[in-house]
Amino acid sequence: MTAPALKERPVRTKAKPTRQRTRRREAIGLVLPSLIPILVLSVAPIVVGIFLAFTDARLVRHPDYAFAGIDNFTKLVDNDLFWDSLRIGMIWTVGVTVLQLAAAMGLALLLDSGLRLQGLTRVLALVPWAMPPVVVAIMWQMIYSANGGPLNAVLGSVGLPDDINWLGDFSFALPAVIVVGVWVGMPQTTVTLLAGLQQIPAELHEAASMDGAGAWRRFTAVTWPSLRPIVTSITSLNFIWNFNSFSLVYVLTAGGPGGKTMVPVLFVYLEAFKNREIGYAAAMGLVLVLVVVLILAVYLRSQFRDDRAGKGR
Amino acid sequence: MRGLVRPAQYAALALYILFLGFPLLWLMSASVKSSGELNSLTVSLLPSEWHWENYTEALDKQGLIRSAGNSLVVALASTALAVLIAVPAAYVLARLRGKLRVAGVGWILVSQVFPVVLIILPLFLILRTLGLADNLAGLTLVHTTYMLPFALWMLQGYVAAIPVELEEAGAMDGASRLTVLRTIVFPLLAPGVVATAMFSFVSSWNEFFFALVLLQSPENYTLPITLNMFVGGEGKVALGPLAAGAVLAAIPSIVFFSILRRKLTSGLMAGAVKG
Repeated sequence: MTAPALKERPVRTKAKPTRQRTRRREAIGLVLPSLIPILVLSVAPIVVGIFLAFTDARLVRHPDYAFAGIDNFTKLVDNDLFWDSLRIGMIWTVGVTVLQLAAAMGLALLLDSGLRLQGLTRVLALVPWAMPPVVVAIMWQMIYSANGGPLNAVLGSVGLPDDINWLGDFSFALPAVIVVGVWVGMPQTTVTLLAGLQQIPAELHEAASMDGAGAWRRFTAVTWPSLRPIVTSITSLNFIWNFNSFSLVYVLTAGGPGGKTMVPVLFVYLEAFKNREIGYAAAMGLVLVLVVVLILAVYLRSQFRDDRAGKGR
Repeated sequence: MRGLVRPAQYAALALYILFLGFPLLWLMSASVKSSGELNSLTVSLLPSEWHWENYTEALDKQGLIRSAGNSLVVALASTALAVLIAVPAAYVLARLRGKLRVAGVGWILVSQVFPVVLIILPLFLILRTLGLADNLAGLTLVHTTYMLPFALWMLQGYVAAIPVELEEAGAMDGASRLTVLRTIVFPLLAPGVVATAMFSFVSSWNEFFFALVLLQSPENYTLPITLNMFVGGEGKVALGPLAAGAVLAAIPSIVFFSILRRKLTSGLMAGAVKG
């Protein structure tokens, strides 16, 4: 690296092709240290993962691979538990993503409207996101607890049933887990929306007010359209993050009760590391990737189509 | 009607604050309650008397201090490693145009959306082949790799903010590229490096999934894994010490995040909007 650098030194503008090659070599040298871990621990696993999906590999000391063609996938078609988990995963993902956006939008608008207590809310809003997911899960287990949990105590004090085992109940477990997901993910969304809100020129709101637009009309005519690009990108990212999130549900319920919170990521994990069917689990993983990509493609397409249609107005 | 807007807004804000803050308050309160009070049927937000011994008991719990040590080692090592290799790469990413940059940015975005669940099996097999599964060094490398995208993204933003003219001026004066980097770029990059390092530390300190899959011997457990053990089955510690342990585990992250608050906002903005 020293030699080319010396060659470059005398006159900067001379000998362009050589200089360009030098710069390229320099650039590769600077990038290489991060390229190696990425290739070995990020790109290679993706490739191996796709390969595994077409084998019957099992998790043993010396895995015996045999090529299995699409056997894993045909087997998957009949696996009702997997499709159940996909359905649960969709409720979890869409539920958290939508509620998160709605709650964050509300909070961002409140923070943007010049209330007091902004500092407190802003600090508070970052804490859930910063905390280790395990700690979040432990904390919410205490909140939801059927013996002496504060949630039941509050419900009891207003005359509602106060003996619900939130995380252990067949019908309440999934909604209860979704609330925790919203609690964790809301801050980040709020912060991003708030930054977006602050970029909307005040004149737009003033002009709308002059035209006699009320708060709701101003929101639909000015705020929402201006935020659209940001909303689209955070919704996409949140969707992916929520679909792929593992730790929270794993610690809160481990998929229980009776598989009612068995999100797909958890299902694949158990298939791989408890049932030790890694070829089969890899096939599931691959199907999940395709599902997410497909949903996102449809969503983003619809967003762009709206944009194009919106131009005419 | 108009007069009702502000009160309604404050009521809504109070609800949010309650929703965000109450669980935290409850955890902290549980961490100083006596076991008698925690198990009693009368529920109160504040402890009737403060019991700090939950904290000493939590620290006494077998494995908690050792796993906190493991977490600290892994987080410090992976942060140092990530920053060390991300700074030069981020520099290239920010300064160069063309295919290399497109590939780099593209990979950063894809890596954000790729489900770990497909990666985790082969990753486990690769690390096992390398003799690095159930090993803190292996976990460190994994954390380094998976904090790189965000580190690169943050850092290249900081590099882009440094006027390229400063470097050109240095080059005119006859300084070599490395000298320019060392004397001009790095000092200006320092705040960005600190912010990136703090963020990386927190993500490693909090990380659960990789540690759960890769670590099998209890002496290698990181703090989140040990805490999870206490929740389920065998450990089943008393609630008070568990809450105390959870509070202790959350402190470093919360401290770093409150320092980082402003910087993260802009970093996230860039990521979200341009993403």
